[in-house]
Amino acid sequence: MNQIYLDYAATTPVDPRVLDAMMPHFSVSFGNPSSVHRYGQQAEAAIESARETVASSLNCRADEIVFTSCGSESDNLALRGAALAMREKTGAYRIVTSKAEHHAVSKTAEQLERYFGFEVKWLDLDEFGMVQPQNVERALDDKTALVSVMYANNEIGTINPIGEIAEVCHRHGVLFHSDAVQAAAYLPVDVQSLGVDLLSIGGHKFYGPKGVGVLFVRKGTPLIPSQTGGGQENNLRAGTQNVPYIVGLAEALRLTVEEREQRIAHVKPLRDQIIGAVLETIPDSRLTGRMESRLPNHASFAFKDVDGNLLLTLLDAASFACSSGSACKTGNPEPSEVMDAIGLSREWGLGSLRITLGKDSSSNDIKEFLKTLPSLVEKARELAKDKRG
Amino acid sequence: MTKVVVAMSGGVDSSVAAALLKQEGYEVVGMMLRLWSEPGKEDSNRCCTPDAMGLARRVAAKLDIPFYVVDAKDVFHKTVVEYFLDGYARGETPNPCLICNRQIRWEFLLNHALALSADFMATGHYVRKQEAGDKHQLLRAVDRAKDQSYVLHVLNQEKLNRALFPVGDYTKPEIRKIAESFGLPTASRHDSQDLCFLAGDDYRNFLQRNAAEMLKPGKITRRDGEVIGEHNGLANYTIGQRKGLGVSSAVPLYILGKDATSNTVIVGTQDELGSHELIAKDVNWISGEAPNESFRAEVKIRYTAKEAGALVMPLEDGQVKVQFDAPQRDVTAGQAAVFYQGDVLLGGGLIQ
Repeated sequence: MNQIYLDYAATTPVDPRVLDAMMPHFSVSFGNPSSVHRYGQQAEAAIESARETVASSLNCRADEIVFTSCGSESDNLALRGAALAMREKTGAYRIVTSKAEHHAVSKTAEQLERYFGFEVKWLDLDEFGMVQPQNVERALDDKTALVSVMYANNEIGTINPIGEIAEVCHRHGVLFHSDAVQAAAYLPVDVQSLGVDLLSIGGHKFYGPKGVGVLFVRKGTPLIPSQTGGGQENNLRAGTQNVPYIVGLAEALRLTVEEREQRIAHVKPLRDQIIGAVLETIPDSRLTGRMESRLPNHASFAFKDVDGNLLLTLLDAASFACSSGSACKTGNPEPSEVMDAIGLSREWGLGSLRITLGKDSSSNDIKEFLKTLPSLVEKARELAKDKRG
Repeated sequence: MTKVVVAMSGGVDSSVAAALLKQEGYEVVGMMLRLWSEPGKEDSNRCCTPDAMGLARRVAAKLDIPFYVVDAKDVFHKTVVEYFLDGYARGETPNPCLICNRQIRWEFLLNHALALSADFMATGHYVRKQEAGDKHQLLRAVDRAKDQSYVLHVLNQEKLNRALFPVGDYTKPEIRKIAESFGLPTASRHDSQDLCFLAGDDYRNFLQRNAAEMLKPGKITRRDGEVIGEHNGLANYTIGQRKGLGVSSAVPLYILGKDATSNTVIVGTQDELGSHELIAKDVNWISGEAPNESFRAEVKIRYTAKEAGALVMPLEDGQVKVQFDAPQRDVTAGQAAVFYQGDVLLGGGLIQ
């Protein structure tokens, strides 16, 4: 049976063109970018060219690009680095972030609070998971060091009004970071029009390799490095650069910007078809997030009285690879923070399902999926009765 | 292709079960139950620790089969753990593995396997299944020392129809060798014993933590009612127990019985110990049909007991009377009496 992959928000396959660009940098042009000799010069040229490419995709300067090992590292560097630097500079000790951030942001904020003496303000969301700029404004004061709000939510696909939030932050002289890891595959990531000071992306969400990310750091933004050592990446991220992966990320991002309109045109009608059919054919189902301001490849639902983890198991056994906010490989499902934040009760929050599409999703796949899903939800509901004992 | 779900525990037996079925050409899916653990003891629960789960996952990867974990915490607590506590509260010595096999493995998990469109479910139990006419028979394992048929006397024809027991035809050393030959990471893992949710702890400590109210002190008496000491809760004592009674006597004294209504432990000398007969209730017959007449059988009254020759007499209401050829020492309410003829398991019920 053919496996059908519907989990492109988790990760994507590396584009063959990206792989081609990466290959020479493993064993032919293998030098250390910091070395003096020509091997080193070649490697340095490769990452600097990648930096130019990324900078042009983000509409910023090359020296505002820091390469990291992943989106999570970028988030860590942004939060920890900016919080510590701002406190040193101005004495500010508050971090404002939302209740639906990726753990790379929320756990970092929690650690800063617990071990580093910062104070975190958690912003409420509306029922669609959106952060309202006026809410951000109310949370700010002269002790606020940093605001971090994600561009688009990984679980429910909601797109936040980043430009407006940035404006609010700047009016109050507060730094603004946005996690754009999910957004970068489909939304314009022009840091000038977004107005962010810091922005994170990760390569594998847009057909690049895993294990490489970018942090955009606007010129003049105070930042203390998390990883210390050599002076790589403008003294902001020590460690020999992962040349082939950096080259891969740059090529993947270039292709993404170039092909964005086509990719959206491919996935969006399929997504709309899924949302329409699921809500129509499955009783006690609801869309999480909203139809507008939603990632074009992203459909997410909650089903009442369903164990989302079990639904994923049933789907996988039927050859469909999806995801759930409450998914847990150890059989210990809990509703995610996002489900709580948008006000879903436990009986709904445990039954979340996320379907995310990509370049290789076909309308035939979706037809098959929509044919199968209702009976599997029904089965999961039957089994949930056993589960309660 | 015939699809089979293997109930995996991360141990060597279920791992080999999966390997053998895969080799025979089945489409194999690994499933593991996430059972209930006492809060704070999740890492030492015997069969679904992160460690055991990691091992099962590695075995599945090695065999190239899908692997899923199913949440059974609530249902396990509601059926198995509560049954365990209730049994002790009634003054019995419950065997929760029986309930787990009937309600969790061969009901809850089997339903999940069938929902995955499986044709069969397999476990790593040392037991065999055989066809006799249009019926399935349950047979003792080839390795008598490892035989687990006792805990599976709760199965019926419908469940046996879906059951596969690939390791029952082998001895434990053979199973370890097979595990090695497949390169399974569980080949040398030591055998599991005790109840999974006790997490390696003594059951008395578990009762103290989870049902302290049932541990009421009471009298220790002789059969004639003579009070000779005090006990610290019925559940702390088992039939046949000699040590730890805390009474002084010229001759060794053994626990003969426990009376939940009067909260009394009854003790006596070695020759007072032992019963010629017992009554078992809720008897399950593997064939699905209760016999009309008495028959001779070898009867096992504990998982670890030796079989004893007896006459089994069917009574009304799913009960039987078992009359032993020689008195049996440890006839304990709450355990099962299981009837065999040769290798064939005929059925069994709960000792009253």
